[in-house]
Amino acid sequence: MRGTGLTLVLVVVVGVLAGSGVTLLLERSLTRILLGVILLGNGVNVLILLGGRSGGAPVVGAGPVERMSDPLPQAMILTAIVITFGLTAFLLAVAYRSWYLTGDDEVEDDLEDRQVAALAARNELAAPDHGGEGPDDDPEQVDPEPLPRRPGPTP
Amino acid sequence: MSGYAALVPLPVVVPLLGAALTLLLVDRPGPQRTVSVVGLSASLVVAVVLLVEAYRNGPVVMRVGGWPPTAGIVLVADQLAALMLVVSSAVTLCVLFYSIGQGRGETGESAPLAIYHPTYLVLTAGITNAFLAGDLFNLFVGFEILLAASFVLITLGGTEVRIRTGAMYVVVSILSSMIFLAGTGLVYAATGTLNMAQLAQRLDALPDGVRLSLQLVLLLAFGIKAAVFPLSAWLPDSYPTAPAPVTAVFAGLLTKVGVYAIIRTETLLFPGGDVDGLLMVVAGLTMAVGILGAVAQSDLKRIFSFTLVSHIGYMIFGVALSSVAGLAGAIFYVVHHITIQTTLFLVAGLVEARAGSTDLRRLGGLARAAPLLGLLFFVPAMNLAGIPPFSGFLGKLGLLQAGVAAGGPLPWALVVAGTATSLLTLYAASRVWNIAFWREPPAAVEQPAVRLPKLMVAATAALVGLGLVLTLVAGPLFGVTTDAATDLRARTPYLRAVLPGGAP
Repeated sequence: MRGTGLTLVLVVVVGVLAGSGVTLLLERSLTRILLGVILLGNGVNVLILLGGRSGGAPVVGAGPVERMSDPLPQAMILTAIVITFGLTAFLLAVAYRSWYLTGDDEVEDDLEDRQVAALAARNELAAPDHGGEGPDDDPEQVDPEPLPRRPGPTP
Repeated sequence: MSGYAALVPLPVVVPLLGAALTLLLVDRPGPQRTVSVVGLSASLVVAVVLLVEAYRNGPVVMRVGGWPPTAGIVLVADQLAALMLVVSSAVTLCVLFYSIGQGRGETGESAPLAIYHPTYLVLTAGITNAFLAGDLFNLFVGFEILLAASFVLITLGGTEVRIRTGAMYVVVSILSSMIFLAGTGLVYAATGTLNMAQLAQRLDALPDGVRLSLQLVLLLAFGIKAAVFPLSAWLPDSYPTAPAPVTAVFAGLLTKVGVYAIIRTETLLFPGGDVDGLLMVVAGLTMAVGILGAVAQSDLKRIFSFTLVSHIGYMIFGVALSSVAGLAGAIFYVVHHITIQTTLFLVAGLVEARAGSTDLRRLGGLARAAPLLGLLFFVPAMNLAGIPPFSGFLGKLGLLQAGVAAGGPLPWALVVAGTATSLLTLYAASRVWNIAFWREPPAAVEQPAVRLPKLMVAATAALVGLGLVLTLVAGPLFGVTTDAATDLRARTPYLRAVLPGGAP
């Protein structure tokens, strides 16, 4: 691609990588999310590469300065690759730990969210506040039965 | 280059060196604690010096490696950045003492591990790097440093709950980083530079459509980090499960780094106020949805997470006004909110340590059982709700006055929303007070009579005190934030400091 500015192929590559990356991100399994992160990260890296001028190797003496490629996007991509690599390793560890603890690596809905939604469906209050008369002078104060904090077996 | 310039990298370098040292001392908790405390105290001192210098003589600029600013990395400590540095250093130091106290007082799964200190120091280095960054890519790196550290902290111990919520936090954070990185690449493609001062000059020359789309991509990335509605859903699910000091420092600082980035881009890079209407609508929705979420919750930490989201709306409102008064109010509110929100999460940690739970259904009678704890909760809670004469009231008053001065239907709608949010915050706070502190304890729950570690209480009290000091010095502080806002709106002090020779 020496000397030819933008190439359509690279633009399409960015689109395909980002699109498939986002699709995988929407999955529930952490392993697929991880693959999505990798694809999306590479798509973004190619996008950055498109931002700079293409040309020869940016080494002083290797050629005329005006025919060199822009080295800055390449430096940024190197940094981004290192960062994505580290985050990928961490996400992999989280996925493994999740599988180790629960037998799968699915991202679940938040438990408290589901509880609040269930309460709302029954039109109840989460923790009713029965007035502020003080501890001693409200004989009708009823304490609600404490709900189990999480459904299912507790560890 | 003045002598002060040599100080600018220290708030980043010292915590990083401290992190390396504490990693070496991983088996020896005593020296580890000393290194962390000394490192963060040094950062605080440097930050104060930088703030004084930036206030007197304008922005302090450090060109790392002596490169010209357009080719190398610049670190810029203007008034806004220095003010953020001071507040964040003070808060992280207090939280460090709190976690040291917690480590001494208890054992088991929530006790800090040996990895806690190095990670915590890396986190502070990332935060200060983001505040000082003078170019977009360095800002990105700052975000990544603090995110990587926050991933470790939020999954500390690797329990099932923390892994479940942490996985979501990690994925959302990585997504926002990808968007930010793509935005950075697009900005570079459009302008050929990433230095913010140079960008300020070159972005003005771009076609309106290109500039607007660049602005929206960056705002989207920062909006996720700042937890602005509708990008806020991740926060209340992920923060509450982490250890108390971690949640506290996340709640206080990480979202504010996003707000800081929004302030920086909206004033320095895209000063036209093109998206003010959008920002105002989003600010109003953030306030309303956040506080209604807080009212529906039954867990102390989740209630505070929702009030955190809700009050981000105030800061965005101030930015969206695009006036000196609005910006000054927003900066003041950021300072106030960092302190108060951190305090409240520390108090939630104290409640958990004292009563064994933060679930309102299992709490009661704490005001009698632990009067000091009640006081430590009551003062910041009222401060958050905006009861006069606290700093929360002054910050909201400044923002509402700026909104009234701006006039027009949207600012007025926001003034109404801000007032209603303040009242609902008071409702949420008094609900916690009535249930957790005032009512008879539920019969089914026995209250363990544990004594709270003195250091935890002292650190929390110090932060409550800092909140009160903010109230006392509100006049001079508003002077500083107004000054900072004037500089931000004018842009010239920043540009002249970074590019002394004018545009190359």
